Amino acid sequence: MAAKGRIVWVSGPAVRADGMSDAKMYETVTVGNAKLVGEVIRLTGDVAFIQVYESTSGLKPGEPVIGTGNPLSVLLGPGIIGQIYDGIQRPLRELSKISGSFIGRGITTTPVDMTKKYHFVPTVSVDDEVVGGDVLGTVKETELIDHSIMVPPDHPSRKITNIVSEGDYNIETEIATTEKDGQTISLKMYHRWPVRKPRPFKSRYDPVVPLITGQRVIDTFFPIAKGGTGSIPGAFGTGKTVTLHQIAKWADAQVVVYIGCGERGNEMTEVLVDFPKLKDPRTGKPLMDRTVLVANTSNMPVAAREASIYTGVTIAEYYRDMGKDVVLVADSTSRWAEALREMSGRLEEMPAEEGYPSYLASRLAEFYERAGRVRAAGSPDRDGSVTLIGAVSPSGGDFTEPVTTHTMRFIKTFWALDAKLAYSRHYPAINWMNSYSGYLTDTAIWWSKNVSKDWLRLRGEAYGILQREDTLKEIVRLLGPEALPDEEKLILEVARMIKIGLLQQNSFDDVDTFCSPEKQFKLMKLLVDFYNKGQQAIREGATLADIRAMPIIGSILKARMDVKDDEMSKLDQIDNDMQEQFKKITGVKVIN
Amino acid sequence: MTVEGGVQYSKIAEIKGPLVVVDDVDNAAFDELVEIETSEGEKRLGKVLEVGNGKAIVQVFEGTTGLSISGTKAKFVGKVMEMPVSKEVLGRVFDGLGRPKDGLPDPIADKFVDINGEPMNPEQREYPKDFIQTGISVIDGLMTLVRGQKLPIFSGSGMSHNLLAAQIARQASVVGTQDDFAVVFAAIGVQYSEAEYFRRSLEESGALKRSVLFLNTADNPAIERIITPRVALTVAEYLAFDLGMHVLVIMTDMTNYCEALREISAAREEVPGRKGYPGYLYTDLSTIYERAGKLQGRKGSVTQIPILSMPSDDITHPIPDLTGYITEGQIVISRDLFRQGIYPPINILMSLSRLMKDGIGEGSTREDHSEVANQVYDAYSRAQEVRALAGIVGKAGLTEIDLKYMDVGDLFEKEFLSQAIDENRTIEETLGILWKIVSKLPKNEITKIKDKYIEQYYKEE
Repeated sequence: MAAKGRIVWVSGPAVRADGMSDAKMYETVTVGNAKLVGEVIRLTGDVAFIQVYESTSGLKPGEPVIGTGNPLSVLLGPGIIGQIYDGIQRPLRELSKISGSFIGRGITTTPVDMTKKYHFVPTVSVDDEVVGGDVLGTVKETELIDHSIMVPPDHPSRKITNIVSEGDYNIETEIATTEKDGQTISLKMYHRWPVRKPRPFKSRYDPVVPLITGQRVIDTFFPIAKGGTGSIPGAFGTGKTVTLHQIAKWADAQVVVYIGCGERGNEMTEVLVDFPKLKDPRTGKPLMDRTVLVANTSNMPVAAREASIYTGVTIAEYYRDMGKDVVLVADSTSRWAEALREMSGRLEEMPAEEGYPSYLASRLAEFYERAGRVRAAGSPDRDGSVTLIGAVSPSGGDFTEPVTTHTMRFIKTFWALDAKLAYSRHYPAINWMNSYSGYLTDTAIWWSKNVSKDWLRLRGEAYGILQREDTLKEIVRLLGPEALPDEEKLILEVARMIKIGLLQQNSFDDVDTFCSPEKQFKLMKLLVDFYNKGQQAIREGATLADIRAMPIIGSILKARMDVKDDEMSKLDQIDNDMQEQFKKITGVKVIN
Repeated sequence: MTVEGGVQYSKIAEIKGPLVVVDDVDNAAFDELVEIETSEGEKRLGKVLEVGNGKAIVQVFEGTTGLSISGTKAKFVGKVMEMPVSKEVLGRVFDGLGRPKDGLPDPIADKFVDINGEPMNPEQREYPKDFIQTGISVIDGLMTLVRGQKLPIFSGSGMSHNLLAAQIARQASVVGTQDDFAVVFAAIGVQYSEAEYFRRSLEESGALKRSVLFLNTADNPAIERIITPRVALTVAEYLAFDLGMHVLVIMTDMTNYCEALREISAAREEVPGRKGYPGYLYTDLSTIYERAGKLQGRKGSVTQIPILSMPSDDITHPIPDLTGYITEGQIVISRDLFRQGIYPPINILMSLSRLMKDGIGEGSTREDHSEVANQVYDAYSRAQEVRALAGIVGKAGLTEIDLKYMDVGDLFEKEFLSQAIDENRTIEETLGILWKIVSKLPKNEITKIKDKYIEQYYKEE
């Protein structure tokens, strides 16, 4: 029995309605004559406290509130890829057809095109026993996505009584029926799933395979594993969004869910403009064919911002259940936390730090726990992963604020953006001293198998140079660089080269924007070799000035832009030239 | 703005700060416009912040001074606050609530528009990429402004942000187009002299008849400032998206806006976020800044240059901080450079235009623009490090290359950054100076520019 109540109080996105004793917690309701979408977040007696996902301007006490009986859910089925949704899965493209350039209110439309036909190939037959998670058949959703049509996760074990033959059907078509004890269930190509409830799976694996993003400072220094969690905090202007866009573009995942949660409208537009034009480096197909956008920009209603994170992660889990590697990028979890804070304030809850609700930490933990590499429910066996990457926008760039500190407890890779690096135009401005990755040793196995056995050792050496530079910088700050002996000056010099030639990456340069694992390794090896040869040369009598004058330095530093991924022999050539030039400077000195 | 119709109530329960609580209200809507009438018959405007259980909390824009519990009447108008718009608003001066301030009657309205606007559908936005030449080298060369961008100026009290904003307004042009343009200027709690400076500057350049001015000066009611940017943007959106004009909106000073917001929040006894500002400051600011942009299939654009003064020059203060998270970059005015008498005193390292990458390059400015700009950024940042070092160890402790960078830093500030207030440089001149600076560096130091551009533009003296 759906609840039917009446508004008694309105303040911003918060509405109280009485006569709601039949309402359930987290049930969606329609609010007011304008039929705005809302969700019940507290029940006291017959008064329901509702957060409204649309602007409440003009809403009056006395207007009706009607329950739907269902929790906030998303529709899962073919047609999701390539879409741009708002926080509650309303397709923005369709909305614009109804309300024009600006977003109107009270509009209902289906998240996907219910009339579009897909070519369905069944993989089960009549009399097969199926249970939640089992694959009934597949359709080709986009050029890149083979979409498995699955039995809804909460479906009990039953026999198939009917299944359509291979052919073109729209997603409203009944493709199968199951039956037990005279009770029939009709299955379509889609089902709905409540966003706040994680989708079930059989078992979890350790995340050990690196998610290759083509970004050197990430892959080489602070890797994230498929099914892992990462966070990228940074003050404004430090390049959070550019870094996240780079991950969304180049990560070796089959599906990317990009959530613009309380961020700029133009950033979503940029994705919409760029992604269809960019080609996936592995398949050569447009990136939009594997991307879903959830856009609840900063000026869109704040409650829907809170929901957008859940909408996104539920979609990610759905594609994971097909056995795909999914990357979810959420920009920014701080705005989501602010949405929580705003609703908490209107509920007059006792605030914890900086006005955030006391359950902020547990909500963050629940969200990041939805990451993982899993064996999906049902048969046939499918392994998929959801990698969660959340941006954090700490106020004043202060990493001790609540959202950053709580997030750090629940993630394993931390890419600390640094305003100072950004000011000096060192991009990506990921600070190598403050960042960390908990996946380093696990993912090293992959590098050892697929790229080089020396990877972990060389990475350690390269990182060691950066660490020593960090200590030496203190001395330089007090005494000037001239106070150091040549072998220590060389550390400073090579650290500078590592920063320019390896850590920095120009995302707007056609070549540099994506760097293959092999190229990453070779660039790193070149720099470490340079360092070792340099130290040897100094021991043999060369001066730092000799080393600095080597013309090869320019080639090493520009190799990231000059050498394409399929021109690895050019790096070997640079390596040869380097050896030759070192021979020359040490040779000269020995004769003297 | 005229008010007709509505239901009147006279039972006032409470007056506190800018708020009036009206009792026994049975048909008020959230966000509805309210006309408050004092016992002397003076009329003021307000809006409903909260309604329910027979009460309505009304925020009074002109303040509550002189209101009494017994003699005050509140009329609920039955609609949200609207601004009458038409082409006739051009050349007019309004107060902070959008009422004529120039002695002329209300403009004849083409239509009435809700001043809160509606969020643009991100799917319907057009990504901004048309380069605006401001004629100011440091902006055009290193933090390029594009049509539809929101690029604030972060300044401090007493510095030359107004000169800069006025120079941009006078000189801004899109190379190679003759499109209609307009300037919308919103003074939010600034001194009369500052507002007057803008008016005169627009008048002298002949742009006044293409401008709309909204003036809430320091002596005007503080709560009115909540409305001023919204009426200004409502007019800007109309000019841009209904009439197809390219509109530059200058709003100064957003810090005063935020303080008005804090005052209301405090009066409502809300749980504060940082420094007493409400937790929803970010969301609230975004409903202003996000109204910049371009739309698919429409000719015009809204470009915003909000100006804000950073309290104690602190960029981590919540107002510049939250602004920076919403806007597409920032232009930061430096106290140091200002003291040295440099104009425009822009700290390039802290400044940034996020949309620059799409507004420059082949076809709009020049193909080498991005790389030469990156190299100059890099060189100036090195120069700053060297200067700091020289301050401790003296020039003697520096290497030869360090000294080169110091020279580059000086040359940059003297020839590139410094510019006269009426000097309008073309983008070619600007790029020429950038290359002159880069050419001071040995080629081995140039790591961000492709060889083919170095061959073409690098000129050793």
